[in-house]
Amino acid sequence: MGSILTVENLSLAIGKEKLLKSVSFKIKKGEIFALVGESGSGKSLTSLTIMRLLPDVISVSSGDIKLKNRSLFVLPEYQMQKVRGKSIAMIFQEPMSALNPVMTVGEQVAEVIKIHLGLKKDAIKKKAISLFDEVALKDPQERYHWYPHQLSGGQKQRVMIAIALACEPDLLIADEPTTALDVTIQAQVLKLLKKIQAERNLSILFITHDMAVVSQMADRIAVMRYGEIVEQAVCQAFFNAPQHPYTKKLLKDAAKTKEERETKQQSDRLLEVENLKVYFPIKKGFFQRTVGYVKAVDGVTLSIPKGKTLALVGESGSGKSTIGRAILSLVPIADGTVRFGRQNLAGLDQTALKPYRRKIQVVFQDPFSALNPRMTIGDIIREGMISLGVGPKEKTLQDEYIRELLLKVELKEEYVHRYPHEFSGGQRQRIGIARALAVKPELIICDEPTSALDVSVRSQILELLRKLQQESGVSYLFITHDLSIVPAIADEVAVMKEGKIVEQGPVMQVMENPQHAYTQVLLESAPKLPYTIQKRKK
Amino acid sequence: MFAYIIRRILYAIPILIGVNLITFMLFFMVNSPDDMARAQLGAKQVTPELIASWKEEKGYDKPLFVNHHAEGIATVTDTLFVQESLKLFRFDFGFSDANRDIGSDIKERMWPSLAIALPTFLIALVTNISLALLLVLFRGSALDTGMMVVAVMIMSISGLFYIIAGQVIFSKMWHWVPISGYEDGWGSIKFIILPVMIGVFAGMGAGVRWYRSIFLEQINQDYVRTARAKGLSELKVLFGHVLRNGMLPILTGVVVIIPSLFMGSLIMESFFGIPGLGSYTIDAINAQDFAIVKAMVFLGSVLYIVGLILTDISYTLFDPRVKL
Amino acid sequence: MSIVLLWTDILVWLLVIVLLVWGRVISRSPQVKKQWHTIFKSSIAMASAIILLFYLLFTLLDSVHLRFAAHSTASNGQTVQYKGDTVSLLDLIFTHNLKSTERTYSAPFATHEYSKSVVVDDKGVTRQAYLPLKHVSRNDDLLVKSFYAVLLGILIGSLIIVLHLFWQSSGNFRELFWRNWKAESTLPWRTAYLTIIILAVLLTWLYMLSFDYHVLGTDKVGGDVLYQSFKSIRTGVLIGILTTLIMLPVAILLGVSAGLFGGWVDDAIQYLYTTLSSIPGVLLIAAGVLSMQVMMDAHPGWFETTLERSDLRLLFLIMILGITSWTGLCRMLRAETLRISQMEFVTAAKAFGVGKFMIILRHIVPNLMHIILISVVLDFSGLVLAEAVLSYVGVGVDPTMYSWGNMINQARLEMARDPMVWWSLFSAFVFMFILVLAANLLSDRVQTVLDPRNR
Repeated sequence: MGSILTVENLSLAIGKEKLLKSVSFKIKKGEIFALVGESGSGKSLTSLTIMRLLPDVISVSSGDIKLKNRSLFVLPEYQMQKVRGKSIAMIFQEPMSALNPVMTVGEQVAEVIKIHLGLKKDAIKKKAISLFDEVALKDPQERYHWYPHQLSGGQKQRVMIAIALACEPDLLIADEPTTALDVTIQAQVLKLLKKIQAERNLSILFITHDMAVVSQMADRIAVMRYGEIVEQAVCQAFFNAPQHPYTKKLLKDAAKTKEERETKQQSDRLLEVENLKVYFPIKKGFFQRTVGYVKAVDGVTLSIPKGKTLALVGESGSGKSTIGRAILSLVPIADGTVRFGRQNLAGLDQTALKPYRRKIQVVFQDPFSALNPRMTIGDIIREGMISLGVGPKEKTLQDEYIRELLLKVELKEEYVHRYPHEFSGGQRQRIGIARALAVKPELIICDEPTSALDVSVRSQILELLRKLQQESGVSYLFITHDLSIVPAIADEVAVMKEGKIVEQGPVMQVMENPQHAYTQVLLESAPKLPYTIQKRKK
Repeated sequence: MFAYIIRRILYAIPILIGVNLITFMLFFMVNSPDDMARAQLGAKQVTPELIASWKEEKGYDKPLFVNHHAEGIATVTDTLFVQESLKLFRFDFGFSDANRDIGSDIKERMWPSLAIALPTFLIALVTNISLALLLVLFRGSALDTGMMVVAVMIMSISGLFYIIAGQVIFSKMWHWVPISGYEDGWGSIKFIILPVMIGVFAGMGAGVRWYRSIFLEQINQDYVRTARAKGLSELKVLFGHVLRNGMLPILTGVVVIIPSLFMGSLIMESFFGIPGLGSYTIDAINAQDFAIVKAMVFLGSVLYIVGLILTDISYTLFDPRVKL
Repeated sequence: MSIVLLWTDILVWLLVIVLLVWGRVISRSPQVKKQWHTIFKSSIAMASAIILLFYLLFTLLDSVHLRFAAHSTASNGQTVQYKGDTVSLLDLIFTHNLKSTERTYSAPFATHEYSKSVVVDDKGVTRQAYLPLKHVSRNDDLLVKSFYAVLLGILIGSLIIVLHLFWQSSGNFRELFWRNWKAESTLPWRTAYLTIIILAVLLTWLYMLSFDYHVLGTDKVGGDVLYQSFKSIRTGVLIGILTTLIMLPVAILLGVSAGLFGGWVDDAIQYLYTTLSSIPGVLLIAAGVLSMQVMMDAHPGWFETTLERSDLRLLFLIMILGITSWTGLCRMLRAETLRISQMEFVTAAKAFGVGKFMIILRHIVPNLMHIILISVVLDFSGLVLAEAVLSYVGVGVDPTMYSWGNMINQARLEMARDPMVWWSLFSAFVFMFILVLAANLLSDRVQTVLDPRNR
C-alpha cells in the first residue's frame, strides 16, 4: 500500500536555534499514526509544518513533505489552500477557542464545503447536517444555527471533526483532540474518531502526550523528544518491547504504581466535613435580585484521615475545587460544618481563623499563576512564615530555613533570590509545595497539582508528595479529575458528581469494585495502558 | 432586553444628577448669584436692591442646596440646585446672558455640526479600517513598518498644524475651497470638504494604529488558525473572520461617540467658521456665558450615556454570546 | 539675590526627588532593572530618551527662579528691596535675547523688518521703507560663525560623552569608548552619543547665532521667537508630567479599592468615574478653568506678580486636567485588580491570613506597575498636544505665559497677512513635534516591553 504522507528529514529552525532535527516518517492509507511526546518536543510543530501554517519566524531548514508523492513545499500558496481542508484536515486541542465565537457552527461547516466543493446553498446545508449526523450531534437541523458557546466542549469537538471530515480528506491531523475534555467525553470522542476512521478508511496523524490514549488508538507510533524522533514502531511491539531508554521511562511514568497500602483499620480523622453546602447566587431581572442559587457543593460529607491522603475525584464543574476553597474558608459556606479537631471552622472570622490557617495549606493547579511574578522565591516562601508567625524571626535564620525547605523539595539553595519566570512548571510546583510546607501544616489541599504537568514531571511531583508525607506525616486532600493517578497517591477516594459525593471508600475497594454507576463509567472511560505494562511494573 | 434598557435609563438619572452637581458646584460655589449679578450689572452703581431684583428676574433668588425657610420636602426641592436641575431634565436650557433661547439655538446649530462631524466620522472609520486591514495583510513587511512610522509622525503633530496648513495650502495658495464659512443645503459641500479631509487625516495615525492592534490580536487567535486550516485564503480569513470578530472591540470604542457627533468639534468649527455647536461652545467660553456652558455639559453627558446604552445594544447584535 | 519658589517649581523639584528615589528603589530590583535595560536596548528608545532628557533639562533650568536685589542696603538692617521681575536660570542664559526686542515682525535671520513702515527722511519726504533691525549683526559672517558654533558644539557633546564614560567606569577610556561605539555593549551607546552630539551642535549653533541674529525671527511686538520657544518647553513638559503625577495617586487608590473591595465601595467609585467621564473632557476643563478664573479674580491677594498669577493659573489648569484624566486609568486598574485578585497567588496569600493592605501592597500594586507606567508615558504626549488646543479655546495657560499654544494662537491671527508670518507657528510646531514624537516613540517601546500580552 502506498503511503499517504511522507515526511523526509524535516528540520526547522528559529534563527540559529534548531526546533526539529531531521524528522522522518510515513503514514499509510487507513492507518492511525501516533506522534507522542511531552510539551516542547516538536510534535505540534510537525503538524503545523505539514499544513504549512508555521509562524513566519520559523523557517524550514531542510527536508520535504509529500502528500501522495506530491511535494507540499513547492506548491504556491493558492494551491496549498486547496490542499488545506480538502486533502489534509485538522482538529485542534482547544475546542473552546478553535471555533469562531461569532459564527454559527453550521456556517463554519458550510464555509469549508463551499470553498472546496462548490456546491449550491441547499446542498451545502444538507451536507453539513448529514455531517453533524455522522459525528452524532443531536438534533443536527437545530444545532446548525447554534453558536459555539451554546455547545459543550465535547459537542464543539464534534463540530470540529465535522469540519475536518467535510471534504473527505486523505489525511486527518488530530492535535491533542481530547486533552481539554473530561474523561467520559474523551472516551466518546475517541470512540467516534475510531469509528469514522474505520468506516472511511481514513489516515490519521494522531498527536498526543497520553500513552494510554495512544495504546487504544494507534496502529503505529513515533516518540518525539527535543525535536527528534527517538523511536518508531508498530503499536503492539512498542508497548511490548520499547527500545529507547526515554520511551521506557515514559511508559514507566505513565503506568501508575499501585502500592499496597494499609487500609485495614479505620485511622484517626484529621478533618471532618459534614453536610457542607456552598451556594453561589444567580442574579437576574430588573433589580438584579437573587432568583436562585448554583449549588456548587450540595450537602457533602467527607473526612480526611490523619497522615493519609484522601483523593477527591470529579469532572470539571463537579464542585471539587469549591470544597477545597470552603475548607480554607475562602468561599462563604451556606450550611454545614468543617471540623478541624474539635473546632468548627465554618463561620469563624479572620482573626479566629488565623491559628487554623497555619494548619491547613494549599497547593494550586496552575504553576504560572500560583506564584507572584514580582516576588523572589525567598520572599514568596517567607510571606506565610511572617504572616502566621512560624519559624525563626531573624532574617538570616529565616533564610537558612528557606534554604532547607528548598532542599527538601529537591530544588537548589541558590534559587532563593530568583524570580518565578526563570523556572519550569515542575519547578514552580515544587516552590508552591515549599511555600505550603513553610508553615508546617497538618493538612495540605492539593488542587489538581499535577494536571498542568507533563507525564514524567507529574510522576516526580507525586513521588515528592509521597516522600514528604512519609517524613512529616502531613495529610493531603488531593483534588483531581484523573482517576488513573489516584492509586499512586491516595489511601482513600471520594467520587464527586454535580456537587454531591456519590461514592467514598478505600482506594482499592473503589477502584476494583466500584458500587456507583458513575464511578463505573469514570473507570471505564479512563484510557488504559496495555495490561502487559501494568503487569511488568509490579 | 427591554428591561435592561429601562434599567440603564434609570441608572442614567443619578449620573446626570451627579453631572449637574459638579457643574453647579463649579459655577455657584465659586461664583455666587450675587457675584454674577454684580458682574452682569457692571461694577459701578450696584445696590443690594438691584442685585435682588436681578436675581429674581433670572430665578436665582433661592438658596443653593437647603432652603431653611421652606418646610417638609420643600427644604430640599425649593432650592436653586433642584429647580435648575429639573429644568435641565426637561431639556429646558433657559436663556443665555445675551438673552437668547439656548434650546432653540442648539436645535438650529446642531445640523451644521453634524454636517462636519458625521462625514468625518464615517470616512475616517472606513479609511482607517481599510488601511489597518491592508497593513495586517502585509504584516511584518516594509509597507507595514513604513506606515507605522508615518502613523507615529501623524500622531505627533498638533491637530492645529493640519488645520492651519490645510487652510494655507488649499484655500490661500491654491484657492480650491473657501477658507471658511457655511451655507445651508448642498452649497455647503465646498465649505465642508476641507475640514472633513483634515479631520480624517489628523485622526489617521492614532486610528490606524488602534485598528491594526485590534486585528493583530485577533489574528493570533486559535479560530483564525482553524480558518486557515480549512483552506481559506488570507483575504477570506481577514474579511470573513478577523474583521467580523474585530468588530466587537471596535464597537466598544466607536458606538459610544456616535451620539456625541451632534456636539461637533470645537476647533474645526471655530477655524472654519461653521455655525455649529462647537463654535457655539467656544464663543460661550470666551464670553464666559455660564448658562450655555452648563447646557452643553448636560447635553454632552446625556449624549455620552445614550452612547453607552447604544454600545451595549450593538453588542447584542454582533456578539451572540451577549444577551441583555 | 534670593530664590523664588513658585508652586509649580516646588512640584517639579518634588517630582525630580521622587524620580531619583524611585530610580534607587528599582535599581535594587534586578527584575525591573532588566526590564529597563530591555527598553533601552532599542536605539530609537535611547535617542528618544536623550531628547526628552534635554527637554527636561530646559524645564529644570527654567524652574529655578531668582529675584535680584535692587540695591544692597541690607547691611543697615532694613528689608532688602527687590527688583520687580523674577527671572529663571534660563532667562539668565538668554539675557541678550530678552534685551534685544525689536519693534515688530522680522523673519528668521532677517536684517530688516518684515513690513514697510512710514518714515520721514532727511528731506522731509514721507515714504515707505523696510526699517533695519536694531539688534542684528551687519557683518556677513553667518558661515564663519556657524562653523565655529558647530566646532564648539562637537566639543561640548564630546565632553558630555567623556563625562559619561568616566562615570561608567574609571578604567580604560579608549577601550570603553570603542566597545560602546562598536555596539559591543548591550545598550546602544553609539546612537546615544550621536544624538548627544547632534543636539549639542544644534543647540550651540542656535545659541551662538542668537547673539547676532533673530534666528527664528521676532513676533508682533518684536520679541525673539527662539527665546519664546525655549521658554515654552517648561509649560509643555510641566503639563505633561505634573498632570499625571497629580492624578496617579487618585487613580491607583480608587482603582485598586474598587477592584479589591467590591460591594458598595466598587459601586460608589464606578458611579464617580462614570459621572466624571460622561462630561465631555474639553467642556469639563472649560467649566473648571472658567470657575478658576472667576475665583482668581475675586482673590487678587493670592499672588503678587504676574508671574505668580500665571503660575497659579498653570497649577490650577494642571489640577483640572488631572481631575478629568484619572477616570480612564482608574477603570483599567479596577479591571486589572479584579483579574489579579482572582489569581492563585492572591488566594495563597489569603490562605496565609495575609491582611488586605499587605495584599494590595505586595501582590496587587507591583503587578499593576506596567499599566501605570504605560499610561504615564502614553498620556504625556496627549497632554502636551492638548495644551495647544486648550490655549486656542481660551481655557489654557495664562495669555502672558510663554507656551506653544499661546504662540500658535497669536500667530494664527496673522494668517491673513500676505505673505504669511510663518516662523512663530513653525517654531512652536517643530518644538512640540520633536517632544511629542520622542515621547510617542519611547512610549511605544515601553509598551512593547512591559505589556505582558506582547511576550
